Amino acid sequence: MVMTPEVLTLSEAPWLFTGVMLVKIIVAFVATLLIVAYATYAERKIIGRMQTRMGPNMTGPKGLLQPIADGLKLFFKEDIIPSQAHWFAFILAPMMILAPAFISISVIPFGGDLHFTYDGILYAVPMQITDLNIGVLFIVAMAGLGVYGIVLAGLASNSKYALLGGIRSTAQMISYELAVGLSIVAIFMLSETLSLRGIVAVQQQPLWGLESLSFIPNWYIFCQPLAFCLFVIGSMAEINRTPFDLPEAETELVSGFCTEYSAMKYALFFMAEYANMITVSAIATTLFLGGWGGPFYGWINFLIKVFAFMFFFIWIRATFPRLRYDQLMFLGWKIMLPLALVNIVITGIAILLW
Amino acid sequence: MEVILFYLTASVAVISAIFVTQCRNPVNSALNLITTFLCLAVFYIMLESPFMAAIQIMVYAGAIMVLIVFVIMLLNLGLAVKERYTHGMAGAGVLAALVLFVSAYFLGAGEATGTGGSVTSEVIASYGHTELIGRAMFVDFLLPFEIASILLLVAIVGAVILSKREV
Repeated sequence: MVMTPEVLTLSEAPWLFTGVMLVKIIVAFVATLLIVAYATYAERKIIGRMQTRMGPNMTGPKGLLQPIADGLKLFFKEDIIPSQAHWFAFILAPMMILAPAFISISVIPFGGDLHFTYDGILYAVPMQITDLNIGVLFIVAMAGLGVYGIVLAGLASNSKYALLGGIRSTAQMISYELAVGLSIVAIFMLSETLSLRGIVAVQQQPLWGLESLSFIPNWYIFCQPLAFCLFVIGSMAEINRTPFDLPEAETELVSGFCTEYSAMKYALFFMAEYANMITVSAIATTLFLGGWGGPFYGWINFLIKVFAFMFFFIWIRATFPRLRYDQLMFLGWKIMLPLALVNIVITGIAILLW
Repeated sequence: MEVILFYLTASVAVISAIFVTQCRNPVNSALNLITTFLCLAVFYIMLESPFMAAIQIMVYAGAIMVLIVFVIMLLNLGLAVKERYTHGMAGAGVLAALVLFVSAYFLGAGEATGTGGSVTSEVIASYGHTELIGRAMFVDFLLPFEIASILLLVAIVGAVILSKREV
Protein backbone atom coordinates (compact mmCIF):
# COMPACT_ATOMS: atom_id res chain seq x y z
CA MET A 1 0.00 0.00 0.00
CA VAL A 2 1.44 3.34 -1.03
CA MET A 3 1.57 5.81 1.80
CA THR A 4 -0.25 8.93 0.74
CA PRO A 5 -0.91 12.05 2.79
CA GLU A 6 -4.55 11.00 3.06
CA VAL A 7 -3.68 8.13 5.42
CA LEU A 8 -5.17 9.06 8.75
CA THR A 9 -5.16 7.40 12.12
CA LEU A 10 -8.59 6.69 13.50
CA SER A 11 -8.35 9.28 16.26
CA GLU A 12 -9.59 11.75 13.63
CA ALA A 13 -12.99 10.01 13.55
CA PRO A 14 -14.29 9.17 17.03
CA TRP A 15 -17.26 6.99 16.01
CA LEU A 16 -15.23 4.99 13.56
CA PHE A 17 -12.56 4.67 16.24
CA THR A 18 -15.04 3.25 18.74
CA GLY A 19 -16.45 0.82 16.21
CA VAL A 20 -13.06 -0.45 15.06
CA MET A 21 -11.89 -0.73 18.66
CA LEU A 22 -14.91 -2.84 19.61
CA VAL A 23 -14.35 -5.11 16.62
CA LYS A 24 -10.69 -5.51 17.53
CA ILE A 25 -11.48 -6.34 21.16
CA ILE A 26 -14.15 -8.88 20.21
CA VAL A 27 -11.96 -10.55 17.61
CA ALA A 28 -8.98 -10.82 19.97
CA PHE A 29 -11.15 -12.07 22.83
CA VAL A 30 -12.99 -14.68 20.78
CA ALA A 31 -9.78 -15.86 19.14
CA THR A 32 -8.12 -16.24 22.54
CA LEU A 33 -11.11 -18.17 23.91
CA LEU A 34 -11.09 -20.48 20.88
CA ILE A 35 -7.36 -21.06 21.24
CA VAL A 36 -7.87 -21.75 24.96
CA ALA A 37 -10.55 -24.33 24.18
CA TYR A 38 -8.51 -26.08 21.54
CA ALA A 39 -5.27 -25.84 23.53
CA THR A 40 -6.83 -28.28 26.01
CA TYR A 41 -7.66 -30.61 23.13
CA ALA A 42 -4.18 -30.22 21.62
CA GLU A 43 -2.55 -30.84 24.96
CA ARG A 44 -4.45 -34.08 25.52
CA LYS A 45 -3.84 -35.25 21.96
CA ILE A 46 -0.13 -34.40 21.93
CA ILE A 47 0.61 -35.84 25.35
CA GLY A 48 -1.41 -38.90 24.39
CA ARG A 49 0.68 -39.38 21.26
CA MET A 50 3.92 -38.87 23.21
CA GLN A 51 2.86 -41.46 25.76
CA THR A 52 1.59 -43.86 23.05
CA ARG A 53 -2.07 -43.41 23.95
CA MET A 54 -4.95 -42.22 21.78
CA GLY A 55 -6.13 -39.10 23.60
CA PRO A 56 -9.75 -37.95 23.12
CA ASN A 57 -11.16 -39.41 19.89
CA MET A 58 -14.83 -40.24 20.46
CA THR A 59 -16.64 -36.87 20.51
CA GLY A 60 -16.99 -35.62 16.97
CA PRO A 61 -14.49 -36.35 14.17
CA LYS A 62 -11.13 -37.20 15.77
CA GLY A 63 -12.48 -35.95 19.08
CA LEU A 64 -12.63 -32.36 17.84
CA LEU A 65 -15.82 -31.59 19.77
CA GLN A 66 -14.27 -32.70 23.07
CA PRO A 67 -13.50 -29.18 24.43
CA ILE A 68 -17.09 -28.08 23.74
CA ALA A 69 -18.45 -31.20 25.43
CA ASP A 70 -16.20 -30.60 28.44
CA GLY A 71 -17.28 -26.98 28.63
CA LEU A 72 -20.98 -27.90 28.48
CA LYS A 73 -20.51 -30.58 31.12
CA LEU A 74 -18.75 -28.23 33.53
CA PHE A 75 -21.29 -25.51 32.83
CA PHE A 76 -24.22 -27.66 33.92
CA LYS A 77 -22.55 -29.18 36.98
CA GLU A 78 -23.72 -28.18 40.41
CA ASP A 79 -21.85 -25.15 41.66
CA ILE A 80 -20.79 -25.86 45.24
CA ILE A 81 -19.64 -23.21 47.70
CA PRO A 82 -18.38 -24.92 50.87
CA SER A 83 -20.30 -23.78 53.96
CA GLN A 84 -17.09 -22.87 55.78
CA ALA A 85 -15.69 -20.95 52.82
CA HIS A 86 -15.43 -17.22 52.67
CA TRP A 87 -18.01 -16.77 49.94
CA PHE A 88 -17.06 -13.36 48.52
CA ALA A 89 -13.39 -14.13 48.02
CA PHE A 90 -14.31 -17.66 46.93
CA ILE A 91 -16.37 -16.33 44.03
CA LEU A 92 -13.92 -13.54 43.22
CA ALA A 93 -10.82 -15.75 43.02
CA PRO A 94 -11.47 -17.48 39.66
CA MET A 95 -12.33 -14.13 38.07
CA MET A 96 -9.20 -12.49 39.42
CA ILE A 97 -7.04 -15.23 37.99
CA LEU A 98 -8.63 -15.13 34.53
CA ALA A 99 -8.89 -11.37 34.01
CA PRO A 100 -5.15 -10.46 34.09
CA ALA A 101 -4.40 -13.23 31.62
CA PHE A 102 -6.83 -11.74 29.10
CA ILE A 103 -5.95 -8.11 29.79
CA SER A 104 -2.31 -8.71 28.84
CA ILE A 105 -3.44 -9.72 25.34
CA SER A 106 -4.65 -6.16 24.76
CA VAL A 107 -1.18 -4.67 24.35
CA ILE A 108 0.28 -7.35 22.09
CA PRO A 109 0.67 -6.44 18.40
CA PHE A 110 -0.68 -9.18 16.13
CA GLY A 111 0.42 -7.65 12.86
CA GLY A 112 1.31 -4.56 10.90
CA ASP A 113 -1.05 -1.77 9.96
CA LEU A 114 -4.28 -2.57 8.23
CA HIS A 115 -5.47 -0.02 5.65
CA PHE A 116 -9.05 0.63 4.60
CA THR A 117 -10.93 3.44 2.96
CA TYR A 118 -14.05 4.93 4.47
CA ASP A 119 -15.81 7.93 3.00
CA GLY A 120 -12.98 8.39 0.54
CA ILE A 121 -10.34 8.72 3.24
CA LEU A 122 -7.65 6.11 3.79
CA TYR A 123 -7.29 5.03 7.40
CA ALA A 124 -4.47 3.04 8.99
CA VAL A 125 -5.48 0.66 11.78
CA PRO A 126 -2.76 -1.04 13.83
CA MET A 127 -3.48 -4.72 14.46
CA GLN A 128 -3.17 -4.30 18.18
CA ILE A 129 -5.92 -3.38 20.61
CA THR A 130 -3.92 -0.56 22.13
CA ASP A 131 -0.30 0.52 21.98
CA LEU A 132 0.66 1.69 25.46
CA ASN A 133 4.00 3.45 25.65
CA ILE A 134 4.62 1.41 28.81
CA GLY A 135 3.47 -1.87 27.25
CA VAL A 136 6.14 -4.07 28.81
CA LEU A 137 5.60 -2.67 32.30
CA PHE A 138 1.85 -3.14 31.86
CA ILE A 139 2.39 -6.83 31.17
CA VAL A 140 4.67 -7.23 34.19
CA ALA A 141 2.12 -5.42 36.37
CA MET A 142 -0.72 -7.66 35.17
CA ALA A 143 1.39 -10.75 35.80
CA GLY A 144 1.81 -9.45 39.35
CA LEU A 145 -1.95 -9.15 39.76
CA GLY A 146 -2.43 -12.73 38.60
CA VAL A 147 -1.11 -13.96 41.96
CA TYR A 148 -4.21 -12.76 43.78
CA GLY A 149 -6.50 -15.29 42.18
CA ILE A 150 -4.47 -18.17 43.54
CA VAL A 151 -3.92 -16.53 46.95
CA LEU A 152 -7.63 -15.84 47.36
CA ALA A 153 -8.62 -19.29 46.17
CA GLY A 154 -6.30 -20.86 48.72
CA LEU A 155 -7.41 -18.58 51.49
CA ALA A 156 -11.15 -18.49 50.82
CA SER A 157 -11.59 -22.24 50.54
CA ASN A 158 -10.78 -22.58 54.24
CA SER A 159 -9.29 -26.00 53.70
CA LYS A 160 -5.81 -27.26 54.56
CA TYR A 161 -4.90 -28.55 51.11
CA ALA A 162 -6.06 -25.39 49.38
CA LEU A 163 -4.20 -23.20 51.88
CA LEU A 164 -0.95 -25.13 51.47
CA GLY A 165 -1.32 -25.07 47.69
CA GLY A 166 -1.99 -21.36 47.78
CA ILE A 167 1.04 -20.63 49.98
CA ARG A 168 3.31 -22.68 47.76
CA SER A 169 2.02 -21.07 44.64
CA THR A 170 2.34 -17.53 45.99
CA ALA A 171 5.91 -18.10 47.09
CA GLN A 172 6.72 -19.62 43.72
CA MET A 173 5.13 -16.84 41.69
CA ILE A 174 6.74 -14.05 43.71
CA SER A 175 10.15 -15.70 43.36
CA TYR A 176 9.98 -16.21 39.63
CA GLU A 177 8.33 -12.88 38.85
CA LEU A 178 11.58 -11.16 39.83
CA ALA A 179 13.69 -13.25 37.49
CA VAL A 180 11.23 -12.77 34.62
CA GLY A 181 10.99 -9.02 35.18
CA LEU A 182 14.77 -8.63 35.32
CA SER A 183 15.27 -10.70 32.18
CA ILE A 184 12.92 -8.35 30.32
CA VAL A 185 14.92 -5.31 31.52
CA ALA A 186 17.80 -6.34 29.25
CA ILE A 187 15.39 -6.22 26.29
CA PHE A 188 14.29 -2.68 26.74
CA MET A 189 17.82 -1.57 27.47
CA LEU A 190 18.53 -2.61 23.88
CA SER A 191 15.30 -1.42 22.28
CA GLU A 192 15.19 1.91 24.17
CA THR A 193 11.40 1.77 24.18
CA LEU A 194 8.76 0.20 26.39
CA SER A 195 6.13 0.02 23.68
CA LEU A 196 5.67 -3.49 22.30
CA ARG A 197 5.06 -2.06 18.85
CA GLY A 198 8.39 -0.26 19.05
CA ILE A 199 10.15 -3.43 20.20
CA VAL A 200 8.75 -5.35 17.22
CA ALA A 201 9.83 -2.54 14.87
CA VAL A 202 13.40 -2.65 16.24
CA GLN A 203 13.52 -6.39 15.67
CA GLN A 204 12.80 -6.01 11.97
CA GLN A 205 16.14 -4.34 11.31
CA PRO A 206 19.12 -6.47 10.14
CA LEU A 207 20.94 -8.51 12.75
CA TRP A 208 23.20 -6.47 15.05
CA GLY A 209 22.78 -3.53 12.68
CA LEU A 210 25.01 -5.21 10.07
CA GLU A 211 23.85 -4.92 6.45
CA SER A 212 25.76 -8.06 5.47
CA LEU A 213 23.58 -10.07 7.82
CA SER A 214 20.35 -8.53 6.56
CA PHE A 215 18.87 -11.93 5.68
CA ILE A 216 18.59 -12.65 9.43
CA PRO A 217 16.21 -10.39 11.35
CA ASN A 218 17.43 -8.69 14.52
CA TRP A 219 15.39 -10.89 16.82
CA TYR A 220 16.36 -10.48 20.44
CA ILE A 221 16.77 -14.22 20.88
CA PHE A 222 20.09 -13.80 19.01
CA CYS A 223 21.42 -10.91 21.14
CA GLN A 224 19.85 -12.07 24.40
CA PRO A 225 19.87 -15.89 24.49
CA LEU A 226 20.31 -15.90 28.27
CA ALA A 227 17.41 -13.53 28.82
CA PHE A 228 15.29 -15.70 26.53
CA CYS A 229 16.07 -18.87 28.53
CA LEU A 230 15.40 -17.09 31.83
CA PHE A 231 12.14 -15.67 30.50
CA VAL A 232 10.85 -19.01 29.23
CA ILE A 233 11.81 -20.97 32.37
CA GLY A 234 10.58 -18.23 34.68
CA SER A 235 7.27 -17.84 32.85
CA MET A 236 6.75 -21.57 32.95
CA ALA A 237 7.13 -21.38 36.73
CA GLU A 238 4.94 -18.31 36.96
CA ILE A 239 2.02 -19.90 35.15
CA ASN A 240 2.43 -23.12 37.18
CA ARG A 241 3.14 -25.42 34.27
CA THR A 242 4.93 -28.73 34.68
CA PRO A 243 7.75 -29.13 35.84
CA PHE A 244 6.83 -26.29 38.17
CA ASP A 245 3.24 -27.32 38.92
CA LEU A 246 3.85 -27.78 42.65
CA PRO A 247 0.71 -25.84 43.69
CA GLU A 248 -1.41 -28.64 42.29
CA ALA A 249 0.86 -31.59 43.02
CA GLU A 250 -1.78 -34.35 43.16
CA THR A 251 0.27 -36.74 45.24
CA GLU A 252 0.72 -34.25 48.07
CA LEU A 253 -2.04 -31.66 47.87
CA VAL A 254 -5.01 -33.33 46.12
CA SER A 255 -5.50 -30.46 43.68
CA GLY A 256 -3.85 -27.56 45.51
CA PHE A 257 -5.59 -24.22 45.58
CA CYS A 258 -8.58 -25.36 43.52
CA THR A 259 -9.40 -28.43 45.61
CA GLU A 260 -12.71 -27.03 46.84
CA TYR A 261 -13.86 -25.65 43.51
CA SER A 262 -16.38 -27.25 41.21
CA ALA A 263 -18.32 -26.67 38.00
CA MET A 264 -17.70 -23.46 36.05
CA LYS A 265 -15.40 -21.94 38.68
CA TYR A 266 -13.12 -24.95 38.36
CA ALA A 267 -13.28 -24.56 34.59
CA LEU A 268 -12.25 -20.91 34.97
CA PHE A 269 -9.05 -21.99 36.73
CA PHE A 270 -8.26 -24.28 33.85
CA MET A 271 -9.12 -21.64 31.28
CA ALA A 272 -6.82 -19.26 33.16
CA GLU A 273 -3.98 -21.76 32.97
CA TYR A 274 -4.30 -22.02 29.21
CA ALA A 275 -4.97 -18.32 28.74
CA ASN A 276 -1.79 -17.64 30.69
CA MET A 277 0.03 -20.07 28.46
CA ILE A 278 -1.18 -18.17 25.39
CA THR A 279 -0.27 -14.82 26.95
CA VAL A 280 3.22 -15.94 27.88
CA SER A 281 3.76 -17.42 24.42
CA ALA A 282 2.57 -14.20 22.82
CA ILE A 283 4.83 -12.07 25.02
CA ALA A 284 7.84 -14.29 24.36
CA THR A 285 7.08 -14.11 20.63
CA THR A 286 6.82 -10.33 20.73
CA LEU A 287 9.87 -9.71 22.89
CA PHE A 288 12.28 -12.31 21.57
CA LEU A 289 11.08 -13.75 18.25
CA GLY A 290 10.31 -10.61 16.30
CA GLY A 291 6.56 -10.48 16.93
CA TRP A 292 4.64 -10.62 13.68
CA GLY A 293 7.72 -10.32 11.46
CA GLY A 294 8.41 -13.25 9.14
CA PRO A 295 7.80 -14.70 5.69
CA PHE A 296 3.97 -14.76 5.72
CA TYR A 297 1.30 -12.14 6.28
CA GLY A 298 1.49 -10.46 9.75
CA TRP A 299 -0.78 -12.36 12.10
CA ILE A 300 -0.09 -15.74 10.47
CA ASN A 301 3.59 -15.48 11.48
CA PHE A 302 2.49 -14.44 14.93
CA LEU A 303 0.15 -17.39 15.37
CA ILE A 304 2.77 -19.84 14.05
CA LYS A 305 5.29 -18.64 16.64
CA VAL A 306 2.72 -18.67 19.45
CA PHE A 307 1.60 -22.20 18.57
CA ALA A 308 5.22 -23.34 18.41
CA PHE A 309 5.73 -22.01 21.93
CA MET A 310 2.61 -23.69 23.20
CA PHE A 311 3.70 -26.96 21.63
CA PHE A 312 7.00 -26.54 23.45
CA PHE A 313 5.21 -26.05 26.79
CA ILE A 314 3.06 -29.14 26.18
CA TRP A 315 6.12 -31.12 25.14
CA ILE A 316 7.89 -30.12 28.38
CA ARG A 317 4.86 -31.27 30.34
CA ALA A 318 4.95 -34.68 28.71
CA THR A 319 8.69 -35.03 29.31
CA PHE A 320 9.81 -33.69 32.67
CA PRO A 321 9.01 -34.86 36.22
CA ARG A 322 7.99 -32.35 38.85
CA LEU A 323 10.65 -30.48 40.82
CA ARG A 324 10.98 -30.75 44.57
CA TYR A 325 10.00 -27.60 46.47
CA ASP A 326 13.49 -26.78 47.79
CA GLN A 327 14.94 -27.34 44.30
CA LEU A 328 12.37 -24.91 42.93
CA MET A 329 13.33 -22.19 45.40
CA PHE A 330 17.03 -22.88 44.86
CA LEU A 331 16.64 -22.52 41.11
CA GLY A 332 14.64 -19.33 41.39
CA TRP A 333 16.65 -17.39 43.93
CA LYS A 334 20.19 -18.72 43.65
CA ILE A 335 20.50 -19.41 39.94
CA MET A 336 17.98 -17.46 37.88
CA LEU A 337 17.96 -14.18 39.81
CA PRO A 338 21.80 -13.77 39.82
CA LEU A 339 21.95 -14.80 36.15
CA ALA A 340 19.34 -12.18 35.26
CA LEU A 341 21.33 -9.50 37.13
CA VAL A 342 24.57 -10.57 35.42
CA ASN A 343 22.77 -10.42 32.09
CA ILE A 344 21.72 -6.82 32.76
CA VAL A 345 25.30 -5.84 33.66
CA ILE A 346 26.71 -7.53 30.56
CA THR A 347 24.10 -5.86 28.36
CA GLY A 348 24.94 -2.49 29.90
CA ILE A 349 28.67 -2.96 29.23
CA ALA A 350 27.96 -4.07 25.68
CA ILE A 351 25.78 -1.00 25.03
CA LEU A 352 28.53 1.27 26.43
CA LEU A 353 31.22 -0.35 24.27
CA TRP A 354 29.28 -0.31 20.97
CA MET B 1 -15.82 12.95 29.96
CA GLU B 2 -12.61 13.13 31.95
CA VAL B 3 -14.42 14.80 34.85
CA ILE B 4 -17.02 12.02 34.95
CA LEU B 5 -14.25 9.41 34.92
CA PHE B 6 -12.44 11.28 37.67
CA TYR B 7 -15.46 11.44 39.97
CA LEU B 8 -16.30 7.82 39.27
CA THR B 9 -12.78 6.64 40.09
CA ALA B 10 -12.52 8.99 43.05
CA SER B 11 -15.75 7.72 44.57
CA VAL B 12 -14.62 4.10 44.11
CA ALA B 13 -11.28 4.99 45.71
CA VAL B 14 -12.88 6.70 48.69
CA ILE B 15 -15.53 4.03 49.23
CA SER B 16 -12.99 1.21 49.05
CA ALA B 17 -10.67 3.16 51.38
CA ILE B 18 -13.53 3.42 53.90
CA PHE B 19 -14.14 -0.31 53.56
CA VAL B 20 -10.45 -1.00 54.28
CA THR B 21 -11.01 0.28 57.78
CA GLN B 22 -14.57 -0.98 58.17
CA CYS B 23 -14.23 -4.59 57.06
CA ARG B 24 -13.93 -6.97 59.99
CA ASN B 25 -12.24 -9.57 57.84
CA PRO B 26 -8.57 -8.84 57.03
CA VAL B 27 -8.87 -10.47 53.59
CA ASN B 28 -11.69 -8.12 52.59
CA SER B 29 -9.69 -5.17 53.90
CA ALA B 30 -6.71 -6.23 51.80
CA LEU B 31 -8.90 -6.58 48.70
CA ASN B 32 -10.32 -3.11 49.24
CA LEU B 33 -6.85 -1.68 49.65
CA ILE B 34 -5.91 -3.23 46.30
CA THR B 35 -8.95 -1.52 44.75
CA THR B 36 -7.78 1.79 46.19
CA PHE B 37 -4.32 1.28 44.69
CA LEU B 38 -5.81 0.49 41.30
CA CYS B 39 -7.88 3.70 41.47
CA LEU B 40 -4.71 5.64 42.27
CA ALA B 41 -3.11 4.08 39.19
CA VAL B 42 -6.05 5.40 37.12
CA PHE B 43 -5.41 8.86 38.56
CA TYR B 44 -1.77 8.66 37.49
CA ILE B 45 -2.86 7.79 33.97
CA MET B 46 -5.25 10.76 33.94
CA LEU B 47 -2.31 12.94 35.04
CA GLU B 48 -0.39 11.73 31.96
CA SER B 49 2.02 9.65 34.04
CA PRO B 50 1.59 6.11 32.69
CA PHE B 51 4.98 5.04 34.07
CA MET B 52 3.93 5.95 37.60
CA ALA B 53 0.68 4.06 37.07
CA ALA B 54 2.51 0.90 36.03
CA ILE B 55 4.94 1.22 38.94
CA GLN B 56 2.01 1.82 41.30
CA ILE B 57 0.37 -1.44 40.23
CA MET B 58 3.65 -3.38 40.15
CA VAL B 59 5.01 -2.25 43.50
CA TYR B 60 1.95 -1.63 45.65
CA ALA B 61 -0.68 -3.96 44.23
CA GLY B 62 1.72 -6.55 42.84
CA ALA B 63 4.38 -6.81 45.53
CA ILE B 64 3.55 -5.15 48.84
CA MET B 65 -0.08 -6.24 48.99
CA VAL B 66 0.85 -9.78 47.94
CA LEU B 67 3.21 -9.91 50.92
CA ILE B 68 0.49 -8.59 53.24
CA VAL B 69 -2.02 -11.14 51.97
CA PHE B 70 0.67 -13.80 52.27
CA VAL B 71 1.17 -12.92 55.93
CA ILE B 72 -2.60 -12.97 56.52
CA MET B 73 -2.60 -16.41 54.95
CA LEU B 74 0.33 -17.75 57.01
CA LEU B 75 -1.13 -16.44 60.27
CA ASN B 76 -4.47 -17.90 59.18
CA LEU B 77 -6.41 -14.77 60.08
CA GLY B 78 -8.72 -15.49 57.17
CA LEU B 79 -12.01 -15.94 59.01
CA ALA B 80 -11.17 -14.39 62.37
CA VAL B 81 -13.82 -11.77 63.09
CA LYS B 82 -12.24 -9.08 65.17
CA GLU B 83 -13.98 -7.44 68.11
CA ARG B 84 -15.24 -3.92 67.76
CA TYR B 85 -12.91 -1.24 69.03
CA THR B 86 -14.99 1.90 68.63
CA HIS B 87 -12.95 4.08 70.99
CA GLY B 88 -9.74 3.81 69.02
CA MET B 89 -11.65 4.34 65.77
CA ALA B 90 -13.35 7.45 67.11
CA GLY B 91 -10.02 8.91 68.26
CA ALA B 92 -8.41 8.24 64.90
CA GLY B 93 -11.42 9.74 63.15
CA VAL B 94 -11.21 12.97 65.12
CA LEU B 95 -7.46 13.17 64.47
CA ALA B 96 -7.97 12.59 60.74
CA ALA B 97 -10.66 15.27 60.58
CA LEU B 98 -8.30 17.75 62.28
CA VAL B 99 -5.51 16.94 59.84
CA LEU B 100 -7.97 17.36 56.96
CA PHE B 101 -8.98 20.83 58.18
CA VAL B 102 -5.39 21.94 58.67
CA SER B 103 -4.28 20.67 55.27
CA ALA B 104 -7.32 22.27 53.60
CA TYR B 105 -6.39 25.56 55.28
CA PHE B 106 -2.80 25.30 54.07
CA LEU B 107 -3.97 24.45 50.56
CA GLY B 108 -6.28 27.45 50.50
CA ALA B 109 -3.77 29.87 52.03
CA GLY B 110 -0.65 28.72 50.17
CA GLU B 111 0.57 29.76 46.75
CA ALA B 112 1.51 26.32 45.51
CA THR B 113 -1.91 25.50 44.09
CA GLY B 114 -2.72 26.67 40.61
CA THR B 115 0.88 27.29 39.54
CA GLY B 116 2.25 25.02 36.83
CA GLY B 117 5.68 23.43 36.81
CA SER B 118 8.09 23.12 33.89
CA VAL B 119 6.71 19.72 32.93
CA THR B 120 3.59 20.42 30.90
CA SER B 121 1.49 18.19 28.67
CA GLU B 122 3.45 19.36 25.62
CA VAL B 123 6.79 18.46 27.22
CA ILE B 124 5.47 15.02 28.16
CA ALA B 125 4.13 14.50 24.65
CA SER B 126 7.44 15.44 23.03
CA TYR B 127 9.85 13.60 25.35
CA GLY B 128 7.75 10.82 26.82
CA HIS B 129 7.00 10.39 30.49
CA THR B 130 9.37 7.49 31.15
CA GLU B 131 12.27 9.39 29.55
CA LEU B 132 11.57 12.46 31.71
CA ILE B 133 11.57 10.39 34.90
CA GLY B 134 14.74 8.60 33.82
CA ARG B 135 16.49 11.88 33.10
CA ALA B 136 15.40 13.39 36.42
CA MET B 137 16.51 10.31 38.32
CA PHE B 138 19.83 9.55 36.68
CA VAL B 139 20.99 13.02 35.62
CA ASP B 140 19.45 15.80 37.69
CA PHE B 141 19.03 14.03 41.00
CA LEU B 142 21.70 11.37 40.80
CA LEU B 143 23.13 11.93 44.28
CA PRO B 144 19.81 11.63 46.18
CA PHE B 145 19.03 8.56 44.07
CA GLU B 146 22.33 6.92 45.05
CA ILE B 147 21.80 7.83 48.70
CA ALA B 148 18.36 6.22 48.60
CA SER B 149 19.83 3.10 47.01
CA ILE B 150 22.46 2.85 49.78
CA LEU B 151 19.66 3.18 52.31
CA LEU B 152 17.82 0.32 50.64
CA LEU B 153 21.00 -1.77 50.55
CA VAL B 154 21.47 -1.26 54.29
CA ALA B 155 17.87 -2.33 54.85
CA ILE B 156 18.38 -5.48 52.75
CA VAL B 157 21.58 -6.39 54.61
CA GLY B 158 19.76 -5.84 57.89
CA ALA B 159 16.89 -8.09 56.80
CA VAL B 160 19.32 -10.84 55.80
CA ILE B 161 21.14 -10.62 59.15
CA LEU B 162 17.86 -10.68 61.08
CA SER B 163 16.52 -13.71 59.25
CA LYS B 164 19.75 -15.71 59.30
CA ARG B 165 20.32 -17.79 62.43
CA GLU B 166 24.11 -17.68 62.27
CA VAL B 167 25.88 -14.98 60.33
